[in-house]
Amino acid sequence: MELRGMNERIKKLRQQSESTEPRIFMERAMLMTDAYKKYEGEVSIPELRALSMKEIFSRKTITIEDGELIVGDKGAGPQSTPTFPELCCHTLDDMRIMNDRDLISFKVSEQDLKQQEETIIPFWEKRSIRNKIINSMTQEWRDCYEAGIFTEFMEQRGPGHTVGSEKIYAKGFLDYQADIEKALANIDYLNDPEAIEKRDELNGMHIMCDAIMVLGKRYAQLAREMAMNESDETRKAELLQIAANCDVVPAHKPETYWQALQMYWFVHLGVTTELNPWDAYSPGRLDQHLIPFYRKDCKDGILDETKAKELLECLWVKFNNQPAPPKVGITLKESSTYTDFANINTGGITPDGEDGVNEVSYLILDTMDEMKLLQPSSNVQISRKTPMKFLKRACEISRKGWGQPAFYNTEAIIQELLNAGKTIEDARRGGTSGCVETGAFGREAYILQGYFNLPKILEITLHDGFDPVANKQLGLHTGNATDYKSYEELFEAYKKQIAHFADIKVKGSNMITRIYAKYMPAPFLSIITDDCIRSGKDYNAGGARYNTNYLQGVGIGTITDSLASIKYNVFDEKRFTMEELMRAMDANLEGEENALIYNLVSRKTPKYGNDDDYADDIMKSVFQYYQKTITGRPNMRNGQWRINMLPTTCHVYFGEVMLASANGRKAHKPVSEGISPEKSADVNGPTAVIRSCSKMDHLSTGGTLLNQKFTPAVVAGEDGLTHMANLVRSYFNMDGHHIQFNVIDRQTLINAQNHPEDYRDLIVRVAGYSDHFRNLSKELQDEIINRTEQSFE
Amino acid sequence: MNYPNIVNIQKYSVHDGDGIRTTIFFKGCQLSCWWCHNPESQNYFSEFMFDKEKCTGCGYCVKACDQDAIHISEEGKAITDANRCILCEDCFDYCLQNAREKVGSKYEIDELVKICEKDQMFYEESGGGVTLSGGEVMSQDIEYLEELCKQLHKKGFHIAIDTCGYAPQENYERLLPYVDTFLYDIKTLDDDVHQKYMGKSNQKILNNLEFLANHNANINIRIPVVDPVNNDEKTMLDIIEYLKEKIGIVRVNLLPYHSTGSSKYDKLGRPYLAKHLLVPSKENMEMLKKLFQDHGFKQVKIGG
Repeated sequence: MELRGMNERIKKLRQQSESTEPRIFMERAMLMTDAYKKYEGEVSIPELRALSMKEIFSRKTITIEDGELIVGDKGAGPQSTPTFPELCCHTLDDMRIMNDRDLISFKVSEQDLKQQEETIIPFWEKRSIRNKIINSMTQEWRDCYEAGIFTEFMEQRGPGHTVGSEKIYAKGFLDYQADIEKALANIDYLNDPEAIEKRDELNGMHIMCDAIMVLGKRYAQLAREMAMNESDETRKAELLQIAANCDVVPAHKPETYWQALQMYWFVHLGVTTELNPWDAYSPGRLDQHLIPFYRKDCKDGILDETKAKELLECLWVKFNNQPAPPKVGITLKESSTYTDFANINTGGITPDGEDGVNEVSYLILDTMDEMKLLQPSSNVQISRKTPMKFLKRACEISRKGWGQPAFYNTEAIIQELLNAGKTIEDARRGGTSGCVETGAFGREAYILQGYFNLPKILEITLHDGFDPVANKQLGLHTGNATDYKSYEELFEAYKKQIAHFADIKVKGSNMITRIYAKYMPAPFLSIITDDCIRSGKDYNAGGARYNTNYLQGVGIGTITDSLASIKYNVFDEKRFTMEELMRAMDANLEGEENALIYNLVSRKTPKYGNDDDYADDIMKSVFQYYQKTITGRPNMRNGQWRINMLPTTCHVYFGEVMLASANGRKAHKPVSEGISPEKSADVNGPTAVIRSCSKMDHLSTGGTLLNQKFTPAVVAGEDGLTHMANLVRSYFNMDGHHIQFNVIDRQTLINAQNHPEDYRDLIVRVAGYSDHFRNLSKELQDEIINRTEQSFE
Repeated sequence: MNYPNIVNIQKYSVHDGDGIRTTIFFKGCQLSCWWCHNPESQNYFSEFMFDKEKCTGCGYCVKACDQDAIHISEEGKAITDANRCILCEDCFDYCLQNAREKVGSKYEIDELVKICEKDQMFYEESGGGVTLSGGEVMSQDIEYLEELCKQLHKKGFHIAIDTCGYAPQENYERLLPYVDTFLYDIKTLDDDVHQKYMGKSNQKILNNLEFLANHNANINIRIPVVDPVNNDEKTMLDIIEYLKEKIGIVRVNLLPYHSTGSSKYDKLGRPYLAKHLLVPSKENMEMLKKLFQDHGFKQVKIGG
């Protein structure tokens, strides 16, 4: 019999993970400082990085929590979070704010502050990458950055955005050392001008292997010591098994399912302790990687479904125990969450093109369902070959209303990767990570460089290049709003401004890329990423087989609707003049004199998300220009720039830096997120949204993000599941990249009742039909609010 | 050809027939069921709807009205004088609360076909299509309907007609070649009850239903269940016997009554007759479902 639900062990571990307050772990920074003081100047930078890591892994506090089956933490136990002063050296104020802020806070002790003040700040303040970056940027870049035209990911966190491959389970770190030695022996000192750099890098990787193996040994030893003192026989046996596992991995390749999970976790700790790369590190196609171990262990009688799920759930807890490193300033605004975006892709197809769903895929779905944890982010890849059973099971979990799993289109991912020059096998082993970003897992460094504020650039275009919020001339002098005699003139000017700001952004990021390549290599990540060992080059310097920079466009809904509003109202229908519109926008579209304009632009103008070509064609023209402007630029790691369309939480920040827009959006309110329509703009239901979104050429991007809201009742019952599954399939037939469902809870309905203007697109199941919530009477809304919670019964 | 008024075109309609559908709601119906969910679709002409709850009494509409048809009442709500209002809609643009709405617009057939065509991909994936509903679609201009159905049929869309059955038989005959499913309402066989609550005899309705059955139409019976009008065993047994004898074993949907349309009567400024009618209990609905099942109806569902 399969055991449904979490067992007592998992419940306890989950509870501990959820109830422990995140806190700062200073040991990493202190040990890193020690190592730098010992070795800096004597050895090359890659070796210095590796020796520092060895110092950390040899000396840091390690613990094994009661009941844990997978061991290892970045800090000391759950929610203990290291800092990375070599990248971002926090001021004392930063740390006090971290401690005091209401959201995304980290506890900082007096002792922590003392160490920061006496040891960390004096050593790292000037050495940090953040300092190097800020000093390297031009005034122009700084002005744009501060005005919120774009953000810069690498300012406090390292490049990463990457995902493990099957390789992790095929080799141990002793095997890697053999590979590294071979590469060292092959260096061509006669002809290769980069020979020395390669030697240093490979030496760094070699030391990194030692570092992670030291950590493995320490855990084996700790587990044995704890076993000696353990009176409970069951736990004693578990501890001895943990020790035995750590004798095998990470030095050797894993032999069992349990060891495979432990191996992944050691690698994860290696990557996320070496630097604080964005999106931590991800297991990627975990079901595919685990299935050979699962089948073999089941056959050998040492594993069954229940045990396999329990081990997965232990891994889930480990992910959830590691919040994203503390962020401050704009970086916090663009990614205001504890989530570190480690992402698991389930389903999809196999490298030889067959359906990839297997027994472990369903176990992962069950785990996701039972654990309901923020981390790891879990998604499913749906291909044409994916069984309906799997898709429906995923829908069933998703409609519980917490947004997971998200749905990804395998065929679109593969096509996107092929378009970016990957081989078919590498494409099929790939998937999405972070939010929606496409990559060739284990073979690609695909780095997100920052968000790009598409609607803000229109605001600047309407003011002759002047930013009315920052009060600075940031853009080109292309004319004032009233100077444009036609929509086409305005759009031409907008395009010029896009190109102008894209140049500034790309220039800055390209410099930053070289700063990382030079000062902050990642030899550990390089070991496990093809083909860094073979090329002798670091992950951060173009050593991976594929190297991509992504620039994430934000606010396509807002920019489309704003342009559509100007075209429709001012130029086509001549309902009011540009002067009148600008005056209304200056007045935040408020007051009696602006009531008509406000009403017309916010409700009676074509909008993106309604399958209306008037607006959707404008979306296409903006998207295409943005895509063309970025894609194909060289990225300083022997790869290219590409785009994707996702916001994390940046649409809120990008809205903050803007005045009212021509589509009726009020000043400082968020802009639209992902490729979703502007809030309340879509009034024709989900099929119209999907049709509008599918007019964007998803396959020319590295990922797009679409959110769909439903009330639970709309997707209730077997029919509801089927309709959800059909929506997903239809969208994917139209090449949609990603969709996630937001099944609305009671609180949201209450908010929708109090602020109907913000929820115009909310559809609810009424009785024998569905309707927009805003169109229902108060009594009926009350009734629906009251029955929402049991609507799955 | 008389262009019918259309109340609404509902996309992602998943309760009026199989799969994901587009439902077109026509305006105008010969019956006047007390509990009608969509009273705005009873009259054949365009109407003005006003949501008093939303109105904040800002008065912008008063200034926008050339006809002096609007004033603000003592309780701070806009009042529109129907005798003066010429339905010009000028006030709509000024209503920040969107409290004003016109119900009923005319469409070219091509336009409707184009709108339906947009969601073709969804119909194909889900086994859905287009549903014509109302109001009462079958009582609209038959030339218009026939042409519309012909064109939709030519596109290969599954067509469902949601009907109360009160329309000329000729209309059913003419649409039969194009329609895949009739979603056919029955309320009760007791003609006195029918006349009382529906305002018309059920004779025509039953005749039309039998006509469709005799011509092998695919029929899906839908029974709105209202307490105390038809929620008893006897009424349902009559329907069951009738179906078995005259129509056959077909799919049946039992639709529990909801008072969801009540607020719309306010917006239209009409009285709501069904105040004392009750929502049947869950047990009641399950009992009726079982009754059908016990009499050989395998496909019985509560809800649409």
